[in-house]
Amino acid sequence: MFEQTTTKRETMTTNSTLFQRTKVRVTDTVQATVPVDRVIQSVALTLKAKRLAGMMKALRFEERPIPDPADVPLEEIDVSNPFMNRQGQWYPYFARLREEAPVHYQPKSPFGPFWSVTRYADIQAVDSNAEVFSAEPYIVLGPPPFNAEMFIAMDPPKHDVQRRAVQGVVAPKNLKEMESLIRERVQDVLDNLPTDRPFDWVERVSKEITGRMLATLLDFPFEERHKLTYWSDTISGSADATGGTTHQDELFPAAVDLARNFTALWHDKAARRAAGEPDGFDLITLMQTSEDTKDLIKKPFEFLGNLTLLIVGGNDTTRNSMSGGVLALNRFPDEFEKLKADPKLIPNMVSEIIRWQTPLAYMRRVAKKDVHFGGQFIRKGDVVLMWYASGNRDERKFENADDFIIDRKNARNHMSFGFGVHRCMGNRLAEMQLRILWEELLERFDRIDVIGEPGYVQSNFVKGYSDMQVQLTPKPAREQTPVRVEATSGA
Amino acid sequence: MGTITFVEHDGTPHQVELEDGSSLMELATNHGVPGIDGDCGGEASCGTCHVIVDDAWITTTGTRTDLESQMVEMSPECGPNSRLACQLRASPALDGLTVHLPEFQM
Repeated sequence: MFEQTTTKRETMTTNSTLFQRTKVRVTDTVQATVPVDRVIQSVALTLKAKRLAGMMKALRFEERPIPDPADVPLEEIDVSNPFMNRQGQWYPYFARLREEAPVHYQPKSPFGPFWSVTRYADIQAVDSNAEVFSAEPYIVLGPPPFNAEMFIAMDPPKHDVQRRAVQGVVAPKNLKEMESLIRERVQDVLDNLPTDRPFDWVERVSKEITGRMLATLLDFPFEERHKLTYWSDTISGSADATGGTTHQDELFPAAVDLARNFTALWHDKAARRAAGEPDGFDLITLMQTSEDTKDLIKKPFEFLGNLTLLIVGGNDTTRNSMSGGVLALNRFPDEFEKLKADPKLIPNMVSEIIRWQTPLAYMRRVAKKDVHFGGQFIRKGDVVLMWYASGNRDERKFENADDFIIDRKNARNHMSFGFGVHRCMGNRLAEMQLRILWEELLERFDRIDVIGEPGYVQSNFVKGYSDMQVQLTPKPAREQTPVRVEATSGA
Repeated sequence: MGTITFVEHDGTPHQVELEDGSSLMELATNHGVPGIDGDCGGEASCGTCHVIVDDAWITTTGTRTDLESQMVEMSPECGPNSRLACQLRASPALDGLTVHLPEFQM
């Protein structure tokens, strides 16, 4: 307590540069000796002091109606508005940008100036060129509140080493081992859904299945799995980073809680392994058995960063594709009939769902040098957003791009996983979860009707749903299974 | 113009007609060879057309470029002869070439 107060007093009387130095010093030198949750608390206090001293403002957003894109001068278009998706304006705005200004500059957004790249081919070119377009220091538009070090925001060669150490947990070989476990858990979720009334699909299905999956991958206590979803939502919902609803003061307690839990999980796992427990295929075990990461706990920000990355990366994405698929089939009911007539279309439909939904709208890059690109001059240090959500609706690549077509020939070419060295590591896991979900849904239900309009998440990064009421109609065939027929006739 | 053989991980061979100018990824996907995805459409930016060139042929095809290494070296199945099929251009010189597929595309 004494230390913290001192830190606050010191920082309040200094200038911005010193704040920056303090922050770096805290993260670089203290982290090796002080528990990670204490380190995060000190960063939180530094930021709070900075706010109190009037040196920085935490962002808060108020929703106002967004005008149609045709009514806004090109140079004023700001696609970082976190209400774009909720108001159904992202796609019309992107359509205009792709036509009139495919590499577009917004000089004064609340997050600072940034370029938007909106055509498929241009996005692919930027994503594949890590030499010119750096993923460092972070991949969302605004600054994350603490400098958690994640390999998604590292350039090669450091990126490659860190990614290789953990990617085994979601590698196809490991997934094959896990498939039957995943299926059992999906079945359990679906068998417990009400069919006599509408319910919230997001809460009961999308969040539940992704939460169970994450708990399995991390060997996290199963009954506490809701914590994973909560931390992920809180962190990815940072107002300063993505225009979400999490204020700095709420974010830090969540981060501290996450840090404590995962530190405990690490030590608990180490103790169990030392006591002779056989190695599992979970992430913590993989980290502890890999030469590159076995001491990761001694670098708390890297440890925390990479766990946070996997939680957030495996949460918002799959969850919103699970909701988005249901919505898409309701918007395009003929496709649902097509699917029921030919369930072999499921794998291709999974790719089409991921294209149509694009659960993460963009990734951020920073130009490492001056570069001419798409008829524009991008300067060293400029922020560049690759809008996957727009590239996936680019007519130059996808015919009738706004339509959901489950047997679309080039659905697999969607860019929701990104391209280049940062291509989504969990892509095969995501596909497998969605495939199993739809296989099991088709076994059970004749109709999956969305009731009313879903709620949309406030964010410029996560393209997702907060709630979606769904009414299920079971397949008649299930009621005619021998067991049930016998029970009915006996009554 | 000749043929090229893709051998699945379980040993199943698939013989495909060489078409001058096409990439090996295009040949495989156009002929429905299982185990080659080619998600990025041939830009060496997804790593899902990973093939392992038969030892006898590696001097003819050449080893992988830095661009390919970035993607393919992330796969645990990557070996010295690993290439991306989208970066191998079909030509008469490759008549009779055999490439092996990894168990999984990443």
